[in-house]
Amino acid sequence: MSLVSAERIKLFSTRSPWACGLLAIALPVAFTALLAAQAGGDLEIDIGATQLTAGLGRSVVLVLAALAVTSEYRFGTIRSTFQAVPNRSAALLAKALVVAGLTGVIGACVGFGCWAMFRLIKPNAGLALDSGQDWRTVAGQALVFALAALLALGVGILVRQTAGAVALLLVYSLLVESLVTLIPKVGQDIQHWLPFFAADRFIGVGRDNGAREVVDLPLTPWGYLLYFAVIALAVLTAGIFSATRRDA
Amino acid sequence: MRATIGRMIEASGLTKRYGRTVAVDNLSFTVGEGRVTGFLGPNGAGKSTTMRMILGLDRPTSGDVLLDGKHYRNLHQPLRTVGALLDAKWVHPNRSARAHLRWLAASNKLPTSRVDEVLDLVGLTSVAKKNAGGFSLGMSQRLGIAAALLGDPQVLLFDEPVNGLDPEGILWIRRFMHQLAENGRTVFVSSHLLSEMAQTAQDLVVIGRGKLIYQGTVEDFIAHATETTVLVRSPQLDALAELLRIGGGTVAPDTGTPPGLRVSGMDSAEIGELAAANGIVLHELNPQVGSLEQAFMQLTGDAVEYHTHEEASSA
Amino acid sequence: MTTLLATERIKLFTTRSPWWSALLALGLTIGMAVMVALNHGGNNPLRVEHSQFGIQFGLMIITVMAALAITTEYRFATIRTTFQAVPNRSGVLLAKCVVVAVLAGVLGEIAAFGSWAVARMIDSSPELAISTGDDLRMVAGAGLVFALAAVLSVAVGVLVRQSAGALSILLIWPLLVENLVALIPNVGRDIQDWMPFINAGRFLNPVPEAPQSPWGSLLYFAGVTAALLIAALVVANKRDA
Repeated sequence: MSLVSAERIKLFSTRSPWACGLLAIALPVAFTALLAAQAGGDLEIDIGATQLTAGLGRSVVLVLAALAVTSEYRFGTIRSTFQAVPNRSAALLAKALVVAGLTGVIGACVGFGCWAMFRLIKPNAGLALDSGQDWRTVAGQALVFALAALLALGVGILVRQTAGAVALLLVYSLLVESLVTLIPKVGQDIQHWLPFFAADRFIGVGRDNGAREVVDLPLTPWGYLLYFAVIALAVLTAGIFSATRRDA
Repeated sequence: MRATIGRMIEASGLTKRYGRTVAVDNLSFTVGEGRVTGFLGPNGAGKSTTMRMILGLDRPTSGDVLLDGKHYRNLHQPLRTVGALLDAKWVHPNRSARAHLRWLAASNKLPTSRVDEVLDLVGLTSVAKKNAGGFSLGMSQRLGIAAALLGDPQVLLFDEPVNGLDPEGILWIRRFMHQLAENGRTVFVSSHLLSEMAQTAQDLVVIGRGKLIYQGTVEDFIAHATETTVLVRSPQLDALAELLRIGGGTVAPDTGTPPGLRVSGMDSAEIGELAAANGIVLHELNPQVGSLEQAFMQLTGDAVEYHTHEEASSA
Repeated sequence: MTTLLATERIKLFTTRSPWWSALLALGLTIGMAVMVALNHGGNNPLRVEHSQFGIQFGLMIITVMAALAITTEYRFATIRTTFQAVPNRSGVLLAKCVVVAVLAGVLGEIAAFGSWAVARMIDSSPELAISTGDDLRMVAGAGLVFALAAVLSVAVGVLVRQSAGALSILLIWPLLVENLVALIPNVGRDIQDWMPFINAGRFLNPVPEAPQSPWGSLLYFAGVTAALLIAALVVANKRDA
């Protein structure tokens, strides 16, 4: 518990997590307001449509989580950390817990914020949360954001360098996963097993970038969440493992 | 008497290799409990690497180092046992001094009141809420010392604590070390400045190129290293050097003008007689007064002129 | 100016990141072309545009490289040394833009022609020949787009001064924001017509509904780049280094 409070103090005593956190919530909610304001009155809207911009928040959260550890490497405080807590796995797990907690809250704010914003602007669009699937789509952002942050933290620990980690995370999540589908024949099948695609399927936006309907999926939404969690935790474990073996 | 002193830090066969470079080479030494031990060596001798290995930050390629019989990694709440200042710039520039200490304190279950105590102790209370990025080197150094003292540890490690400080800062650190020593704490402090060590240390561990050169008291070090050094100048330098070697002396060139020889293992009488017997003219025959700088220079085989110069300008 | 160019050239090539970036940009782009060509089949013949699917990989990595070329100067405070050595800040930054743009342009050409060449080696269908002006622009134009994107990235880097921030903007904007814009009902498509990276893409891959011609799109991208560059120069001259 003392480790967790140390990491909490560390995270909240600099500006960048605050700035990233605010941006991660404000950008998608504001963008959703734009979408909702322009939507026609007769539009048939499902809950998934309120979450189209959540990806903006998730991308910022990837940066936030990566920075949480790469800035420690950059400024050398990781050495003070490991000096104060020689059990590096424990120190990094405490950090993971704090980052996951914060990003989970951010995810919840984004999910409910976007939904509430849409509903506020289009009160007659039938946007009540009345099925388990609706709840999963909105509240599920908390889980997806937290897991995405753990993955980013793992990458940050492995790469130890802000520019590298941020570039890798954003290029991968925003470009690689969608370019893969352009590979003929095998592209679609590969895509079905990519982590961020999996996260989107759990949320159940139902469409790929809002364009194509996704069909013939190998996993159920909860199966996809589990799959995303396994990958995120595997990357985090790899990061922690390498940190325990490396010189600080 | 020394046998009764507990061994607080004990390194045995400590080795660290980076690829082909050997930074620390089979280094064994002990640091006595309740004493101030200077860790000396020229820049790049492996002092910082050794300190990082003591603190479990770097993994030794081989060998071992124990703190009070334990590996650093096995210490429970290590800040209560060992405090260290390796690099004063290891702080987040956008985090306040107080927040920096607060997270460190939390990680070892130290009360927040202790944070304010150490801030007061190092005189940073008035700037506690300021971001550490704006601190001068002297202030950063004080913050680093505050962090080291946080857990009220019995053992303290400082890596080059006076480096780059202004005279006032140097004086402050020096006084601080004395205080710590008077409180009976074990202090292990590295420096490339010998005269600095003479001010504070009782014992010395001297290394050069990663290898142990000397371990013992400061007094012994000076005596041992300089007792028989004689500076000789002669127009027949080469012939003289040859003679001295045959006669059992150890000869090292002295780079003064005109060039001369530094002879050890023979006293000035022996050298003078040997020269006279062989008809060699001597322009100078000068027994060297023992000084730390010379002893250091001699043992590490490394030019320290610019260090002494730096010392002269900062003292 | 030649001294400034030489200085910036030395600065860029004596750190590792441009080499890394170049390697990654070429490897990923051409690797994508290999994947596409190898898996292609069926009744659709492989065309020039198929070989260029990976070009955005290269573009994004060059963007990162160009931004880092300036943000690392701020990070390691070498920007102060630079401005101390050459007080003409505009000159320094323009020289950096030229050097980075030339490197990006060359890498763009290698990536585009390299992708096309490996596709051609794997699949010899006649449709893969560069036979029309459109085909030629699609391949040879990559260098221009890369070079302009590099200058835009340097400008953003100067404005933001910080790697994490600059990279986030430079990656999230073209890869996410410009696509999300299209989702805005009614007006989204019209707004998207004026997004800089969308226009850069339409120069290489024209779409029939675009309001601008391909070269008009490129000109628009160049205009946005120029505007950002001017803003960056003004700010850099006003600010304390």
